[in-house]
Amino acid sequence: MPIVSARGLSRSFRVSEKDPGLAGTVRHFLKRRVRTVVAVRDLEFTIEPGEMVGFLGPNGAGKTTTLKMLSGLLHPSGGRVEVAGHVPARREAAFLRRITLVMGQKQQLIWDLPPLDSLRVNAAVYGLDDREAARRISELAEMLELGEELHRPVRKLSLGQRMKAELMAALLHRPQVLFLDEPTLGLDVNAQAAMRRFLADYNRRHGATVLLTSHYMADITALCPRVLLIHAGSLFHDGSLEQLTQRLAPRREVRLELADTLPDSAFSGYGELESCSGRDVRLLVDRDRLTTVVGRLLADLPVLDLEVRDPPIEDIIGRLFRQGSIEQP
Amino acid sequence: MNQRLFRPFPRGRQSGRSALASALRIARALFISQYALMLEFRAEILLWALSGVMPLLMFSLWSSAPAGAAAGISPQAFARYFLAAFVVRQFTVVWVVYAFEEDNLLGRLSPLLLQPLPLVWRYAAAHLAEQATRLPFVMAMVALFFLAVPEAVWIPSPARLLLALLAAHLGFWLNFLLQHAITMLCFWSERASALERFLFMPYLFLSGMLAPLDLYPEAVRRFALLTPFPSMLYVPAQLASGGAIDALAAFRTVALWLAVLIPLNLLLWRAGVRRYAAMGG
Repeated sequence: MPIVSARGLSRSFRVSEKDPGLAGTVRHFLKRRVRTVVAVRDLEFTIEPGEMVGFLGPNGAGKTTTLKMLSGLLHPSGGRVEVAGHVPARREAAFLRRITLVMGQKQQLIWDLPPLDSLRVNAAVYGLDDREAARRISELAEMLELGEELHRPVRKLSLGQRMKAELMAALLHRPQVLFLDEPTLGLDVNAQAAMRRFLADYNRRHGATVLLTSHYMADITALCPRVLLIHAGSLFHDGSLEQLTQRLAPRREVRLELADTLPDSAFSGYGELESCSGRDVRLLVDRDRLTTVVGRLLADLPVLDLEVRDPPIEDIIGRLFRQGSIEQP
Repeated sequence: MNQRLFRPFPRGRQSGRSALASALRIARALFISQYALMLEFRAEILLWALSGVMPLLMFSLWSSAPAGAAAGISPQAFARYFLAAFVVRQFTVVWVVYAFEEDNLLGRLSPLLLQPLPLVWRYAAAHLAEQATRLPFVMAMVALFFLAVPEAVWIPSPARLLLALLAAHLGFWLNFLLQHAITMLCFWSERASALERFLFMPYLFLSGMLAPLDLYPEAVRRFALLTPFPSMLYVPAQLASGGAIDALAAFRTVALWLAVLIPLNLLLWRAGVRRYAAMGG
């Protein structure tokens, strides 16, 4: 039985618009012009308990809005959503105790006090006795490799340490469902890797369900066997990252190192010539013809070395995000 | 929406005693953390405390004015009233609308709204912690005032003192709930503090900050006593300074306003949370 289920989930916002200049200001003062913006449109998906799912999409695609609806912060304009057997918008206590939402740019820790002070408050709020709270704090601190930092004011911590402490605060009540919105945003490579290790470990230890948005593809490739890709508020892909790659990049790259230089015309009939620089050649070949083409290349041409690779997922998604549009296959 | 404004969310089936124990534990943890936070800013608190000297300024104006004598108020009574008003003001200051507005604009509300604890707990704890931080500064100010105006020195009777403390505390809650109701308008408008600033005018005039209400024309005085504002300053200051006051009527007014403001806050909170759309959503 799914722990998260969204059926026809939609959300629209009314936003006021203003023209620049004095005339625009006066008009805006006298009469507000309001436009309805659809942020999420008819989203349908389910997530099973214990799954780690990547939630991808360009800026403004509706990821954060969806996470806020799943966590009960926003009421959907339409459709149904259920998380851990609850309707999030009702914000029932039993529901709030089973979920958490971590937003990379928002914080719950008290800025001028050490994280331990905020953790003590959270322990009281979630009804943990002192011994249990101390046990969980120590477990999380060990998993996140935090120690002395918990005694320093939050404002004195590095971004990575702060993010770890935020995670501690968000996970102290041991939620079953984690909604993570850009949890590695702004962190350096080492801190990102540490965060990924922690999330994988937490998922393994507690069987938690994770829905994660990130602009760092390494987060997704390392953690999420399944991805949801939304674009302009609608679901574009629900499946593995590999399937997404195949869908968005139906061709693979074949790199050749030749014994001799050959004219461009020598490569016609194998695939699209991406580049030809001396003896180094790059071809784009349709996936379904790959085996045949590689066999022919080896038989027909003086090949010293051959390498087949997928275009990097960052490039594929990045291109998609930059374009801001998706061509349905 | 089963969220309540003043009650922590239920945790399964809790007996009354365990619910109370849980509430007290939360209140204690919040107070301790907020007190620690306030102590980080003791210099700022001192400045805030000093900025509340308007009653003492009013004393310097009124002590030489003939109106007081005409109304039968001695310079000594003026001194005591305005000193008491200064002290009461220190413990009834409310700034919840500004804190909430900032949290709303900076997107800090979202993580807090996801906890099974109504936000009002945190703001109330912050106010009470601030009062505890102000206490030594206020005592120092009172000592200085007595050094400067020794004829004003007095010790209220224990009964009067207790009543004054109770009235001041109730006055704080009344002010807090009034401003909290305005605060809830932040869910509809990003600048609800403008309304709070507008309310400062009637507060200034009707609370007894500018002058004891006894100096007002009778009709105005009667009208003022129907509003919540005298309960926030004049009533506790009169009780503490030994002035004449109908304590029973004053407490009845407080009860009446609390009976209006508590359900109003509940309604606005529930409607506001429904309306809530986090910034940058």
